[in-house]
Amino acid sequence: MGVNPVQAVGRASLGGLQFVGRAALFAVRGTASVFAPPLFLGQTGRQLVSIGYFSLPVVGLTAVFTGAALALNIYTGGGRFNAEQIMPQIVALGITRELGPVLAALMLAGRVSAAIAAEIGAMRATEQIDAMQTLSTDPFRYLVAPRLAAAVIALPLLTLVADTIGIAGGWLVATRTLNFNATTYVRSTWAFIQGWDVGSGLIKAAVFGFIVALMGCFHGYYASGGARGVGRATTHAVVSAAVLIFAADYLLTTVFTHR
Amino acid sequence: MSMAGPKLEWRGVAKAFEGRPVLHGLDLSVEAGKSLVIIGGSGQGKSVTIKIAMGLMQPDAGAVFVDGANMTRLSGGARRKLYRKFGMLFQGAALFDSLTVWENVAFRLINADGVSRKAARERAIEALSRVRLGAEAADLYPNELSGGMQKRVGLARAVVANPEIIMFDEPTTGLDPITADAINSLIVEQVKGLGATAVSITHDLASARRIGDEVAMLHDGAIVWRGPAADIDRSGNPYVEQFVAGRADGPITAAI
Repeated sequence: MGVNPVQAVGRASLGGLQFVGRAALFAVRGTASVFAPPLFLGQTGRQLVSIGYFSLPVVGLTAVFTGAALALNIYTGGGRFNAEQIMPQIVALGITRELGPVLAALMLAGRVSAAIAAEIGAMRATEQIDAMQTLSTDPFRYLVAPRLAAAVIALPLLTLVADTIGIAGGWLVATRTLNFNATTYVRSTWAFIQGWDVGSGLIKAAVFGFIVALMGCFHGYYASGGARGVGRATTHAVVSAAVLIFAADYLLTTVFTHR
Repeated sequence: MSMAGPKLEWRGVAKAFEGRPVLHGLDLSVEAGKSLVIIGGSGQGKSVTIKIAMGLMQPDAGAVFVDGANMTRLSGGARRKLYRKFGMLFQGAALFDSLTVWENVAFRLINADGVSRKAARERAIEALSRVRLGAEAADLYPNELSGGMQKRVGLARAVVANPEIIMFDEPTTGLDPITADAINSLIVEQVKGLGATAVSITHDLASARRIGDEVAMLHDGAIVWRGPAADIDRSGNPYVEQFVAGRADGPITAAI
């Protein structure tokens, strides 16, 4: 029997709509749980350390190399119309408004969404989530809410770090290989950058943090089918988090540029 | 004769998965303080029966009553309150692997009952001693324990808050006969000690005889026989006879 393309498209569309609906319901319930006592603050603290603190190395490394590469590219591009000197400003703008939050979020999608989906998925597979319910404890409050809250807090902080290190990466390349003056570079960056450049990036980061934790929790919570199901949940968490981050980035950028 | 109704009752419970019916109109009840064992082959709906009773799964039709009250479609908060009456030992023990043994046992006390960690730890260690585990096990993690020890910790977690109803999902599956017998003894001791009502599902007949006052046989989504555990060898029911004898030929088709 051949595959009917109309049927395949229909099935994929229905599946997509079902995903959106279920994820939206999950997001609403998860968000409500963040504010509904009992709040498991100890759990939130633990998640802040594992999501935020332990992501510092990977976010820092990503930022320094991206800042450096960005500086080289902008220098080359600027050179085509004798505007090399604008490089520090464009690097600062590109990092704070766009690359800082997006790259930090993508690294977290890989590191954190996957870990959350695998952990919660394994708990589902071994009936730990059922057990938690029978022990009068709401898994949304105990498992989902702390992860959502921690990611929404941690990603803007990581983005601040990424902004600083990313700009420093540009500065390193500029001063070591492109003969920029170190002090002038810092001064012109500082004078150029506006609060909103950084602030809009941090708002993006908070939204991305929510997406990262939400996709991990959602796919883990509904994992089924043993070890293979947990593997599938992990993959889906990373892929859907990454795609949603790009989509949200475009939407937010549109909103921010028209304000 | 007591005027009180059953402690736990399934009325006309039906459940299907993707169009495949698993339970059709299950009627079953347990009196307070009695231990009922549900036996049956793989895929006959034993786990679904117990999960619906625990509210972990919603039935398509019918309802479950506890002390005469319908508990089938409760809100989250009301359900969590009702769970105080329940304890459950899961098939794989379902211990939280990120928590120590005592934190597992005390999970309900700390996270739902607002007991201080110090007092909860004392109660957890007391519950562990009831299942013959010493205080030295309290600070281990579940992955450092054998399967039998994990079951014992699961039992301690199920009984620590003195529940009225305790569920046992395949309590002896995956254990050697000696460990299984030790678990059976602990189950009987705890259930009788608390005066609790117990519902177990198993395909282990030795376990069924040991922990059950009564046995009910589930086949094809309905109860085909029910009687005192002592009568299981003279049930006169072809399904039970085939199950007890462990024959492949008979009214039950082997699930292969």
